[in-house]
Amino acid sequence: MSKPVLEISNLHKNYGDREVLKGVSVNLNPGDVVSIIGSSGSGKTTLLRCVNLLEEYEQGVIRIDGNEIGYRMEGAKRVKEKNRKIVSDRALTGMVFQSFNLFPHLTAKENITLALRKVQKKSNAEATEIAMEWLGKVGLPGRADSYPGQLSGGQQQRVAIARAIAANPKIMLFDEVTSSLDPELITEVLDVIKKLADDGMTMLIVTHEMAFANEVSDRVIFMNDGLIAVEGSPRDVFISPENERLKSFLKNTKF
Amino acid sequence: MNFISGDPTFWSEVGISKGAILQGIWMTISISFAAIFIGTIVGIFIGLALTYGNIVARILARIYTDFVRGIPVLVLILALYYVVPILGINLNAIQAGIASLAIFSGAHVAEMVRGALQSIHKGQTEAAKALGLNFSQTFIFVLMPQALRQILPTWINTSVEIVKGSSLISIIGVVEITYALQQTMARNYMFMKFYGLAAIIYFIIGYSLERLGKFVERKLIIK
Repeated sequence: MSKPVLEISNLHKNYGDREVLKGVSVNLNPGDVVSIIGSSGSGKTTLLRCVNLLEEYEQGVIRIDGNEIGYRMEGAKRVKEKNRKIVSDRALTGMVFQSFNLFPHLTAKENITLALRKVQKKSNAEATEIAMEWLGKVGLPGRADSYPGQLSGGQQQRVAIARAIAANPKIMLFDEVTSSLDPELITEVLDVIKKLADDGMTMLIVTHEMAFANEVSDRVIFMNDGLIAVEGSPRDVFISPENERLKSFLKNTKF
Repeated sequence: MNFISGDPTFWSEVGISKGAILQGIWMTISISFAAIFIGTIVGIFIGLALTYGNIVARILARIYTDFVRGIPVLVLILALYYVVPILGINLNAIQAGIASLAIFSGAHVAEMVRGALQSIHKGQTEAAKALGLNFSQTFIFVLMPQALRQILPTWINTSVEIVKGSSLISIIGVVEITYALQQTMARNYMFMKFYGLAAIIYFIIGYSLERLGKFVERKLIIK
Protein backbone atom coordinates (compact mmCIF):
# COMPACT_ATOMS: atom_id res chain seq x y z
CA MET A 1 0.00 0.00 0.00
CA SER A 2 1.67 3.18 -1.15
CA LYS A 3 1.42 6.40 0.83
CA PRO A 4 -1.11 8.85 -0.56
CA VAL A 5 0.40 11.81 -2.41
CA LEU A 6 -2.70 13.90 -1.79
CA GLU A 7 -4.86 13.68 1.31
CA ILE A 8 -7.89 15.90 1.70
CA SER A 9 -9.68 15.41 4.97
CA ASN A 10 -12.90 16.93 6.21
CA LEU A 11 -12.73 20.08 4.09
CA HIS A 12 -15.23 22.81 4.87
CA LYS A 13 -15.55 25.98 2.85
CA ASN A 14 -18.04 28.84 3.10
CA TYR A 15 -18.79 31.70 0.80
CA GLY A 16 -20.29 34.06 3.34
CA ASP A 17 -23.29 32.28 4.82
CA ARG A 18 -23.36 29.61 2.16
CA GLU A 19 -21.47 26.42 2.91
CA VAL A 20 -20.17 25.05 -0.40
CA LEU A 21 -17.99 22.24 0.96
CA LYS A 22 -19.48 20.39 3.91
CA GLY A 23 -16.72 18.01 4.89
CA VAL A 24 -15.00 16.47 1.89
CA SER A 25 -12.32 13.79 2.19
CA VAL A 26 -10.38 12.31 -0.72
CA ASN A 27 -7.09 10.43 -0.96
CA LEU A 28 -5.00 10.06 -4.09
CA ASN A 29 -2.16 7.56 -4.33
CA PRO A 30 0.69 8.18 -6.73
CA GLY A 31 -0.51 7.63 -10.28
CA ASP A 32 -4.19 7.81 -9.38
CA VAL A 33 -6.51 9.46 -11.85
CA VAL A 34 -9.66 10.62 -10.11
CA SER A 35 -12.50 12.42 -11.87
CA ILE A 36 -15.03 14.56 -10.10
CA ILE A 37 -18.47 14.91 -11.64
CA GLY A 38 -21.60 16.62 -10.44
CA SER A 39 -23.94 19.44 -11.30
CA SER A 40 -22.84 23.07 -11.16
CA GLY A 41 -22.77 24.43 -7.65
CA SER A 42 -21.98 21.04 -6.17
CA GLY A 43 -18.56 22.30 -5.04
CA LYS A 44 -16.27 20.39 -7.38
CA THR A 45 -14.41 23.38 -8.78
CA THR A 46 -14.15 24.90 -5.30
CA LEU A 47 -12.57 21.69 -4.05
CA LEU A 48 -9.94 21.87 -6.77
CA ARG A 49 -9.24 25.53 -6.07
CA CYS A 50 -8.74 24.74 -2.38
CA VAL A 51 -6.11 22.16 -3.26
CA ASN A 52 -4.31 24.86 -5.28
CA LEU A 53 -4.81 27.31 -2.38
CA LEU A 54 -6.62 29.74 -4.64
CA GLU A 55 -9.41 29.59 -2.07
CA GLU A 56 -9.12 29.76 1.68
CA TYR A 57 -11.04 27.17 3.67
CA GLU A 58 -12.39 27.31 7.18
CA GLN A 59 -11.81 23.77 8.30
CA GLY A 60 -10.02 20.65 7.20
CA VAL A 61 -6.54 19.59 6.23
CA ILE A 62 -4.89 19.11 2.85
CA ARG A 63 -1.62 17.21 2.81
CA ILE A 64 0.74 16.67 -0.08
CA ASP A 65 3.28 13.90 0.48
CA GLY A 66 2.26 13.92 4.12
CA ASN A 67 2.89 17.64 4.71
CA GLU A 68 0.02 19.99 5.41
CA ILE A 69 -0.26 22.87 2.93
CA GLY A 70 -1.70 26.34 3.39
CA TYR A 71 -2.28 26.21 7.14
CA ARG A 72 -0.53 25.06 10.29
CA MET A 73 -1.46 24.51 13.89
CA GLU A 74 -0.05 26.84 16.50
CA GLY A 75 -1.03 25.04 19.67
CA ALA A 76 -4.74 24.52 19.26
CA LYS A 77 -5.12 27.42 16.84
CA ARG A 78 -5.27 26.96 13.08
CA VAL A 79 -3.34 29.72 11.31
CA LYS A 80 -2.80 30.55 7.68
CA GLU A 81 0.75 30.03 6.50
CA LYS A 82 2.97 32.94 5.51
CA ASN A 83 2.73 34.05 1.89
CA ARG A 84 6.13 32.62 1.06
CA LYS A 85 5.07 29.12 2.18
CA ILE A 86 1.73 29.40 0.36
CA VAL A 87 3.53 30.39 -2.84
CA SER A 88 5.79 27.35 -2.62
CA ASP A 89 2.89 25.06 -1.62
CA ARG A 90 1.01 26.14 -4.72
CA ALA A 91 3.89 25.06 -6.91
CA LEU A 92 3.37 21.46 -5.69
CA THR A 93 0.23 21.27 -7.79
CA GLY A 94 -0.29 22.22 -11.41
CA MET A 95 -3.60 23.77 -12.32
CA VAL A 96 -5.25 23.93 -15.73
CA PHE A 97 -8.18 26.31 -15.98
CA GLN A 98 -11.42 26.30 -17.92
CA SER A 99 -10.48 29.60 -19.57
CA PHE A 100 -6.83 28.61 -20.36
CA ASN A 101 -5.45 31.80 -18.78
CA LEU A 102 -2.38 31.86 -20.97
CA PHE A 103 -0.40 35.08 -20.72
CA PRO A 104 -1.36 36.91 -23.94
CA HIS A 105 1.82 39.00 -24.16
CA LEU A 106 4.09 35.95 -24.12
CA THR A 107 4.64 33.29 -26.78
CA ALA A 108 3.69 29.68 -26.14
CA LYS A 109 7.31 28.93 -25.27
CA GLU A 110 7.63 31.95 -22.98
CA ASN A 111 4.39 31.01 -21.22
CA ILE A 112 6.07 27.75 -20.25
CA THR A 113 9.54 29.09 -19.45
CA LEU A 114 8.36 31.95 -17.19
CA ALA A 115 7.81 29.82 -14.08
CA LEU A 116 10.83 27.64 -14.87
CA ARG A 117 13.11 30.68 -14.99
CA LYS A 118 11.59 32.81 -12.24
CA VAL A 119 10.36 30.19 -9.75
CA GLN A 120 12.71 27.29 -10.33
CA LYS A 121 15.61 29.58 -11.31
CA LYS A 122 16.56 27.46 -14.30
CA SER A 123 18.80 28.92 -16.98
CA ASN A 124 17.19 30.23 -20.13
CA ALA A 125 18.64 27.37 -22.18
CA GLU A 126 17.44 24.70 -19.77
CA ALA A 127 13.97 26.25 -19.49
CA THR A 128 13.69 26.49 -23.26
CA GLU A 129 14.71 22.85 -23.64
CA ILE A 130 12.02 21.74 -21.18
CA ALA A 131 9.44 23.96 -22.88
CA MET A 132 10.23 22.56 -26.32
CA GLU A 133 10.05 19.00 -24.97
CA TRP A 134 6.58 19.58 -23.51
CA LEU A 135 5.34 21.48 -26.55
CA GLY A 136 6.36 18.38 -28.52
CA LYS A 137 4.50 16.09 -26.12
CA VAL A 138 1.28 18.07 -26.42
CA GLY A 139 1.62 18.00 -30.20
CA LEU A 140 2.60 21.62 -30.81
CA PRO A 141 6.31 21.52 -31.62
CA GLY A 142 5.94 24.11 -34.37
CA ARG A 143 4.01 26.69 -32.38
CA ALA A 144 6.67 27.69 -29.85
CA ASP A 145 6.82 31.27 -31.09
CA SER A 146 3.09 31.76 -31.57
CA TYR A 147 1.20 34.08 -29.26
CA PRO A 148 -1.95 32.72 -27.57
CA GLY A 149 -4.09 34.93 -29.81
CA GLN A 150 -2.71 33.10 -32.83
CA LEU A 151 -3.70 29.67 -31.50
CA SER A 152 -7.04 27.87 -31.51
CA GLY A 153 -8.77 27.19 -28.19
CA GLY A 154 -7.66 23.57 -28.21
CA GLN A 155 -4.08 24.56 -28.94
CA GLN A 156 -4.15 27.19 -26.19
CA GLN A 157 -5.41 24.67 -23.69
CA ARG A 158 -2.67 22.21 -24.71
CA VAL A 159 -0.07 24.95 -24.14
CA ALA A 160 -1.68 25.61 -20.75
CA ILE A 161 -1.36 21.92 -19.88
CA ALA A 162 2.28 21.93 -20.99
CA ARG A 163 2.88 25.08 -18.93
CA ALA A 164 1.43 23.53 -15.78
CA ILE A 165 3.15 20.18 -16.10
CA ALA A 166 6.55 21.54 -17.18
CA ALA A 167 6.79 23.10 -13.71
CA ASN A 168 7.02 19.50 -12.46
CA PRO A 169 4.11 19.39 -9.98
CA LYS A 170 3.30 16.34 -7.89
CA ILE A 171 -0.35 16.46 -8.84
CA MET A 172 -2.16 17.91 -11.83
CA LEU A 173 -5.53 19.58 -11.31
CA PHE A 174 -7.86 20.01 -14.28
CA ASP A 175 -10.80 22.35 -13.87
CA GLU A 176 -13.40 21.72 -16.59
CA VAL A 177 -10.65 22.16 -19.14
CA THR A 178 -12.83 21.41 -22.16
CA SER A 179 -15.91 23.37 -21.15
CA SER A 180 -15.06 26.46 -23.18
CA LEU A 181 -13.92 24.57 -26.27
CA ASP A 182 -15.75 23.93 -29.51
CA PRO A 183 -16.79 20.26 -29.70
CA GLU A 184 -14.32 19.43 -32.46
CA LEU A 185 -11.42 20.74 -30.35
CA ILE A 186 -12.24 18.73 -27.23
CA THR A 187 -10.72 15.44 -28.36
CA GLU A 188 -7.23 16.85 -28.92
CA VAL A 189 -7.14 18.15 -25.35
CA LEU A 190 -8.56 14.97 -23.82
CA ASP A 191 -6.03 12.90 -25.75
CA VAL A 192 -3.21 14.87 -24.15
CA ILE A 193 -4.67 14.25 -20.69
CA LYS A 194 -5.07 10.53 -21.44
CA LYS A 195 -1.44 10.36 -22.44
CA LEU A 196 -0.43 11.97 -19.15
CA ALA A 197 -2.57 9.42 -17.31
CA ASP A 198 -0.81 6.61 -19.17
CA ASP A 199 2.52 8.13 -18.13
CA GLY A 200 1.50 7.73 -14.49
CA MET A 201 0.74 11.35 -13.59
CA THR A 202 -1.41 11.78 -10.49
CA MET A 203 -4.46 13.76 -11.53
CA LEU A 204 -7.63 15.21 -10.09
CA ILE A 205 -10.02 16.08 -12.91
CA VAL A 206 -13.23 18.06 -12.70
CA THR A 207 -15.13 17.33 -15.88
CA HIS A 208 -18.45 17.23 -17.67
CA GLU A 209 -17.15 14.72 -20.22
CA MET A 210 -18.63 11.51 -18.84
CA ALA A 211 -17.28 9.22 -21.54
CA PHE A 212 -13.81 10.63 -20.92
CA ALA A 213 -14.13 10.25 -17.13
CA ASN A 214 -15.28 6.68 -17.64
CA GLU A 215 -12.32 5.89 -19.86
CA VAL A 216 -9.47 7.64 -18.08
CA SER A 217 -10.29 7.38 -14.37
CA ASP A 218 -9.26 4.88 -11.73
CA ARG A 219 -12.00 6.29 -9.55
CA VAL A 220 -14.91 8.64 -10.08
CA ILE A 221 -16.38 10.93 -7.44
CA PHE A 222 -19.93 12.24 -7.70
CA MET A 223 -20.34 15.42 -5.69
CA ASN A 224 -23.69 16.68 -4.61
CA ASP A 225 -24.44 19.74 -2.49
CA GLY A 226 -20.94 20.12 -1.07
CA LEU A 227 -20.48 16.46 -0.20
CA ILE A 228 -19.11 13.37 -1.88
CA ALA A 229 -22.26 11.40 -2.59
CA VAL A 230 -20.63 8.50 -4.41
CA GLU A 231 -17.03 7.41 -4.83
CA GLY A 232 -16.17 4.31 -6.77
CA SER A 233 -14.81 2.76 -9.91
CA PRO A 234 -16.10 4.14 -13.22
CA ARG A 235 -18.16 0.97 -13.41
CA ASP A 236 -19.80 1.60 -10.02
CA VAL A 237 -20.61 5.14 -10.99
CA PHE A 238 -21.58 4.94 -14.64
CA ILE A 239 -22.77 1.41 -15.27
CA SER A 240 -24.56 0.44 -12.08
CA PRO A 241 -25.25 3.57 -10.07
CA GLU A 242 -27.31 3.07 -6.93
CA ASN A 243 -27.49 6.60 -5.55
CA GLU A 244 -30.75 8.27 -6.59
CA ARG A 245 -29.20 11.70 -7.10
CA LEU A 246 -26.46 10.21 -9.25
CA LYS A 247 -29.02 8.31 -11.30
CA SER A 248 -30.98 11.43 -12.07
CA PHE A 249 -27.78 13.40 -12.75
CA LEU A 250 -26.60 10.80 -15.25
CA LYS A 251 -30.02 10.61 -16.87
CA ASN A 252 -29.83 14.33 -17.62
CA THR A 253 -26.28 14.20 -18.88
CA LYS A 254 -25.30 13.12 -22.33
CA PHE A 255 -22.33 10.87 -22.85
CA MET B 1 30.06 102.08 -40.51
CA ASN B 2 26.49 101.23 -41.22
CA PHE B 3 24.41 100.72 -38.11
CA ILE B 4 21.16 100.54 -39.98
CA SER B 5 20.96 97.37 -41.96
CA GLY B 6 17.27 97.77 -42.63
CA ASP B 7 14.24 97.13 -40.40
CA PRO B 8 14.44 94.03 -38.19
CA THR B 9 12.61 91.13 -39.82
CA PHE B 10 11.16 88.00 -38.19
CA TRP B 11 14.12 85.96 -39.36
CA SER B 12 16.72 88.46 -38.23
CA GLU B 13 15.04 88.50 -34.81
CA VAL B 14 14.99 84.71 -34.69
CA GLY B 15 18.68 84.81 -35.59
CA ILE B 16 19.46 87.15 -32.72
CA SER B 17 17.45 85.09 -30.20
CA LYS B 18 18.42 81.71 -31.61
CA GLY B 19 20.47 80.72 -28.57
CA ALA B 20 17.79 81.75 -26.10
CA ILE B 21 15.06 79.96 -28.07
CA LEU B 22 17.07 76.75 -28.29
CA GLN B 23 17.78 76.93 -24.58
CA GLY B 24 14.06 77.42 -23.99
CA ILE B 25 13.24 74.36 -26.08
CA TRP B 26 15.83 72.35 -24.18
CA MET B 27 14.38 73.54 -20.88
CA THR B 28 10.84 72.59 -21.91
CA ILE B 29 11.94 69.15 -23.06
CA SER B 30 14.09 68.36 -20.04
CA ILE B 31 11.55 69.62 -17.50
CA SER B 32 8.75 67.71 -19.21
CA PHE B 33 10.85 64.58 -19.41
CA ALA B 34 11.81 64.77 -15.73
CA ALA B 35 8.20 65.42 -14.71
CA ILE B 36 6.83 62.55 -16.82
CA PHE B 37 9.54 60.19 -15.59
CA ILE B 38 9.02 60.96 -11.90
CA GLY B 39 5.24 61.17 -12.35
CA THR B 40 5.13 57.74 -14.01
CA ILE B 41 7.06 56.07 -11.21
CA VAL B 42 4.95 57.81 -8.57
CA GLY B 43 1.83 56.93 -10.55
CA ILE B 44 2.67 53.24 -10.76
CA PHE B 45 3.11 53.00 -7.00
CA ILE B 46 -0.01 55.04 -6.25
CA GLY B 47 -1.90 52.94 -8.81
CA LEU B 48 -0.69 49.79 -7.05
CA ALA B 49 -1.85 51.22 -3.72
CA LEU B 50 -5.25 52.02 -5.24
CA THR B 51 -5.60 48.49 -6.59
CA TYR B 52 -4.00 46.23 -4.01
CA GLY B 53 -3.40 48.44 -0.98
CA ASN B 54 -5.04 47.99 2.40
CA ILE B 55 -7.79 50.39 3.38
CA VAL B 56 -5.42 53.08 4.71
CA ALA B 57 -3.19 53.00 1.63
CA ARG B 58 -6.23 53.09 -0.63
CA ILE B 59 -7.76 56.08 1.13
CA LEU B 60 -4.48 58.04 1.08
CA ALA B 61 -3.92 57.23 -2.59
CA ARG B 62 -7.51 58.13 -3.39
CA ILE B 63 -7.19 61.50 -1.63
CA TYR B 64 -4.00 62.25 -3.58
CA THR B 65 -5.42 61.39 -7.01
CA ASP B 66 -8.79 63.06 -6.49
CA PHE B 67 -7.27 66.18 -4.94
CA VAL B 68 -4.59 66.66 -7.58
CA ARG B 69 -6.91 65.94 -10.48
CA GLY B 70 -9.39 68.40 -9.06
CA ILE B 71 -7.16 71.47 -9.01
CA PRO B 72 -5.69 73.40 -11.96
CA VAL B 73 -2.01 72.78 -12.75
CA LEU B 74 -1.35 76.50 -12.52
CA VAL B 75 -2.57 76.56 -8.91
CA LEU B 76 -0.38 73.53 -8.17
CA ILE B 77 2.65 75.32 -9.65
CA LEU B 78 2.05 78.49 -7.67
CA ALA B 79 1.42 76.53 -4.50
CA LEU B 80 4.68 74.63 -4.78
CA TYR B 81 6.66 77.76 -5.53
CA TYR B 82 5.10 80.17 -3.05
CA VAL B 83 3.48 78.05 -0.33
CA VAL B 84 5.82 75.11 0.20
CA PRO B 85 8.78 77.35 1.22
CA ILE B 86 6.65 78.48 4.18
CA LEU B 87 6.82 74.87 5.35
CA GLY B 88 10.59 75.13 5.32
CA ILE B 89 11.21 73.35 2.02
CA ASN B 90 12.91 75.67 -0.42
CA LEU B 91 12.49 74.78 -4.06
CA ASN B 92 13.93 76.86 -6.84
CA ALA B 93 11.70 77.63 -9.80
CA ILE B 94 12.85 74.67 -11.87
CA GLN B 95 12.44 72.21 -8.99
CA ALA B 96 9.02 73.59 -8.15
CA GLY B 97 8.05 73.34 -11.82
CA ILE B 98 9.19 69.74 -12.17
CA ALA B 99 7.62 68.76 -8.85
CA SER B 100 4.23 70.25 -9.64
CA LEU B 101 4.06 68.68 -13.11
CA ALA B 102 5.24 65.34 -11.67
CA ILE B 103 2.57 65.45 -8.97
CA PHE B 104 -0.01 66.27 -11.63
CA SER B 105 1.01 63.50 -14.04
CA GLY B 106 1.46 61.05 -11.15
CA ALA B 107 -2.23 61.35 -10.26
CA HIS B 108 -3.25 60.72 -13.86
CA VAL B 109 -0.87 57.79 -14.32
CA ALA B 110 -2.15 56.29 -11.04
CA GLU B 111 -5.71 56.29 -12.36
CA MET B 112 -4.61 54.72 -15.64
CA VAL B 113 -2.64 52.01 -13.85
CA ARG B 114 -5.57 51.22 -11.57
CA GLY B 115 -7.97 51.02 -14.48
CA ALA B 116 -5.64 48.83 -16.50
CA LEU B 117 -4.84 46.46 -13.64
CA GLN B 118 -8.50 46.06 -12.76
CA SER B 119 -9.41 45.30 -16.33
CA ILE B 120 -6.98 42.38 -16.55
CA HIS B 121 -8.89 39.13 -16.16
CA LYS B 122 -8.38 37.65 -12.70
CA GLY B 123 -7.51 34.34 -14.32
CA GLN B 124 -4.16 35.88 -15.22
CA THR B 125 -3.28 36.37 -11.55
CA GLU B 126 -4.62 32.92 -10.69
CA ALA B 127 -2.60 31.23 -13.42
CA ALA B 128 0.54 33.03 -12.23
CA LYS B 129 -0.18 32.04 -8.62
CA ALA B 130 -0.84 28.45 -9.62
CA LEU B 131 2.59 28.36 -11.28
CA GLY B 132 4.18 29.44 -8.01
CA LEU B 133 4.95 33.05 -8.90
CA ASN B 134 4.88 35.39 -5.93
CA PHE B 135 3.13 38.75 -5.95
CA SER B 136 5.99 40.87 -7.24
CA GLN B 137 6.87 38.34 -9.96
CA THR B 138 3.22 38.20 -10.98
CA PHE B 139 3.11 41.96 -11.12
CA ILE B 140 6.38 42.46 -13.01
CA PHE B 141 6.12 39.63 -15.54
CA VAL B 142 2.38 39.12 -16.01
CA LEU B 143 0.27 42.11 -15.01
CA MET B 144 2.44 45.15 -15.68
CA PRO B 145 3.41 44.22 -19.26
CA GLN B 146 -0.28 43.90 -20.07
CA ALA B 147 -1.24 47.03 -18.16
CA LEU B 148 1.49 49.13 -19.80
CA ARG B 149 0.34 48.17 -23.28
CA GLN B 150 -3.13 49.19 -22.31
CA ILE B 151 -2.22 52.56 -20.81
CA LEU B 152 0.27 53.54 -23.50
CA PRO B 153 -2.11 55.65 -25.63
CA THR B 154 -3.48 57.52 -22.57
CA TRP B 155 -0.01 57.84 -21.15
CA ILE B 156 1.19 59.52 -24.35
CA ASN B 157 -1.77 61.88 -24.10
CA THR B 158 -0.78 62.82 -20.56
CA SER B 159 2.82 63.31 -21.66
CA VAL B 160 1.67 65.74 -24.35
CA GLU B 161 -0.45 67.48 -21.71
CA ILE B 162 2.65 67.83 -19.53
CA VAL B 163 4.67 69.35 -22.38
CA LYS B 164 1.91 71.85 -23.00
CA GLY B 165 1.39 72.39 -19.27
CA SER B 166 5.08 73.18 -18.86
CA SER B 167 4.39 76.53 -20.54
CA LEU B 168 2.62 77.50 -17.29
CA ILE B 169 5.84 77.40 -15.29
CA SER B 170 6.96 80.51 -17.19
CA ILE B 171 4.88 82.28 -14.57
CA ILE B 172 7.36 81.40 -11.82
CA GLY B 173 10.27 82.56 -13.97
CA VAL B 174 11.55 79.40 -15.62
CA VAL B 175 12.87 80.33 -19.05
CA GLU B 176 11.32 77.63 -21.15
CA ILE B 177 9.91 78.07 -24.67
CA THR B 178 7.08 80.44 -23.76
CA TYR B 179 9.16 82.67 -21.51
CA ALA B 180 12.14 82.70 -23.90
CA LEU B 181 9.89 83.88 -26.71
CA GLN B 182 8.16 86.42 -24.46
CA GLN B 183 11.57 87.92 -23.71
CA THR B 184 12.24 88.19 -27.43
CA MET B 185 8.85 89.81 -28.00
CA ALA B 186 9.54 92.31 -25.23
CA ARG B 187 12.32 93.59 -27.46
CA ASN B 188 10.79 93.42 -30.93
CA TYR B 189 7.00 93.53 -30.32
CA MET B 190 6.39 90.84 -32.99
CA PHE B 191 3.67 89.17 -30.92
CA MET B 192 1.81 87.57 -33.77
CA LYS B 193 4.85 85.95 -35.33
CA PHE B 194 6.57 84.80 -32.14
CA TYR B 195 3.45 83.40 -30.47
CA GLY B 196 2.91 81.65 -33.79
CA LEU B 197 6.43 80.29 -33.54
CA ALA B 198 5.69 79.10 -29.99
CA ALA B 199 2.60 77.28 -31.23
CA ILE B 200 4.57 75.61 -34.00
CA ILE B 201 7.34 74.47 -31.65
CA TYR B 202 4.85 72.99 -29.15
CA PHE B 203 2.98 71.33 -31.98
CA ILE B 204 6.14 69.73 -33.34
CA ILE B 205 7.11 68.34 -29.92
CA GLY B 206 3.59 67.11 -29.17
CA TYR B 207 3.04 65.62 -32.60
CA SER B 208 6.40 63.83 -32.55
CA LEU B 209 5.49 62.34 -29.17
CA GLU B 210 2.21 61.07 -30.53
CA ARG B 211 3.84 59.54 -33.59
CA LEU B 212 6.46 57.93 -31.37
CA GLY B 213 3.67 56.58 -29.18
CA LYS B 214 1.86 55.12 -32.18
CA PHE B 215 5.09 53.50 -33.33
CA VAL B 216 5.77 51.91 -29.93
CA GLU B 217 2.12 50.82 -29.73
CA ARG B 218 2.44 48.98 -33.05
CA LYS B 219 5.64 47.32 -31.86
CA LEU B 220 4.07 46.17 -28.60
CA ILE B 221 0.69 45.10 -29.89
CA ILE B 222 -0.39 41.71 -28.58
CA LYS B 223 -0.84 39.42 -31.54
